[in-house]
Amino acid sequence: MTYVADVAALARKDLLLELRAKETLPAMLLFVLSALTIMHFAVPTGGENVPGLGAEAQAAIREREEIASLGLLWVALVFTALLGLTRAFVPEREQRVMDALVLAPSDRSAIWLAKAIAVFAFLGAVELVALPAFSLFFEPVDAMTVAAILLANVGICTVGTLTGAMAVAGRARELILPLLFLPLVIPVVVGGIGASVGGSPRYLLFLVLYDALFGLLAWASFDYVVAER
Amino acid sequence: MLGVRAALARNRMPALAGAAIVLVGLSIALIFFYAPTDADQGISQRIFYFHVPIALTAYACFGWGAWKALRHLWKGDPNADLESYVAIHQGIIFGSLTLLTGSIWAKISWGVWWDWGDNQLVLFLILFLFYSAYFMLRYSVDPGPQRANMSAVYALFGVVLIPVSFLAIRLAESLIHPTVFTSQGPQMEDSQFFTFCVAWVAMLTLFATLYQVELAGKRLDARLRELRELVGVGR
Repeated sequence: MTYVADVAALARKDLLLELRAKETLPAMLLFVLSALTIMHFAVPTGGENVPGLGAEAQAAIREREEIASLGLLWVALVFTALLGLTRAFVPEREQRVMDALVLAPSDRSAIWLAKAIAVFAFLGAVELVALPAFSLFFEPVDAMTVAAILLANVGICTVGTLTGAMAVAGRARELILPLLFLPLVIPVVVGGIGASVGGSPRYLLFLVLYDALFGLLAWASFDYVVAER
Repeated sequence: MLGVRAALARNRMPALAGAAIVLVGLSIALIFFYAPTDADQGISQRIFYFHVPIALTAYACFGWGAWKALRHLWKGDPNADLESYVAIHQGIIFGSLTLLTGSIWAKISWGVWWDWGDNQLVLFLILFLFYSAYFMLRYSVDPGPQRANMSAVYALFGVVLIPVSFLAIRLAESLIHPTVFTSQGPQMEDSQFFTFCVAWVAMLTLFATLYQVELAGKRLDARLRELRELVGVGR
């Protein structure tokens, strides 16, 4: 039970810190809204009819636009998560809390789990705004997409927190996290897009598999990432 | 004669390098003069004997690097960290060659430089990007046990990423890549298969040689630095 208590205490610390400082969450919110706006201008969406085309061609264009905008949603979410993850370990680094946490008499994976939970909470909060905004700007979001996003969040947070801990240990920090993180979440994006566009439950199953596999791996290996020995 | 044998016993590198030169030369000769010309694709099919062995060697490099990473984390083998890094470095070199030869072959036989519809291409690119980031990670952290651990963890993630990405890409299915090896064995002539095997062994020997050379250089570097610190030269 002490493990759960440790995780809860650490996660509570992160959420409390955010509640008082209000640094990460507003930035993520603003970022996702700006990203969606930019995407509106970057890719043709919105379903205006092209004059001089038959109904069948119009429908085909509509379908393409729908797929494109769903893809943009996934891009926006992954990059927003990246923004949050870049900030995730900043307090630990600036105040040298990490050294103290590593020395604390608790399992080190608790640090990872707590941070992943905190990032998951931030990401979920951002999506509470981003998804309605997306359905307002672009397309309505179906239940399959929401389920896929929830599952993807788990994968993003587990892998992202581990790579985030790696990135803060180095000199390049903010620069290096995207490089470490993005190749690892390509499968998440493939699964997420598949669920949104294809609508088949096997994509959700795949996301569950990804979460379980990488969750376990990150949980087991976090100790090596933070320990100096 | 005895001197040569003693020298070889101390240092296997010349033997390995010689074997690599002979095998690569032999494979080139076989590819251009022995293997039959493909009835369908003509001369351009001969790039197969370069492309596929290089690609398999790149996978082998990454695999070897991950194995050494595992050795580092598991047994605390003091040499494993450097060995893992060198293997992945070689993997990136062979990987670049794979992408290059693959692109040329794709342009000739499919008419495009790159095809997103092809599973193996996309999978290889993901892996390539992933292991390229390994260098960014390694060079942004100060040398020490933490860097070694971190690099090892990251290298091992790649091993899990391969099947997961494969599954992901497979879900969005499409099959254009010529499937040369099926469960019924290789779908080619004996002479082609022989050439292919020689070419592959040649590439693996080349990798082993380059690996040893780079490793020796890096170890020399480290020892030189230690000596310098000992003597107090340079800072």
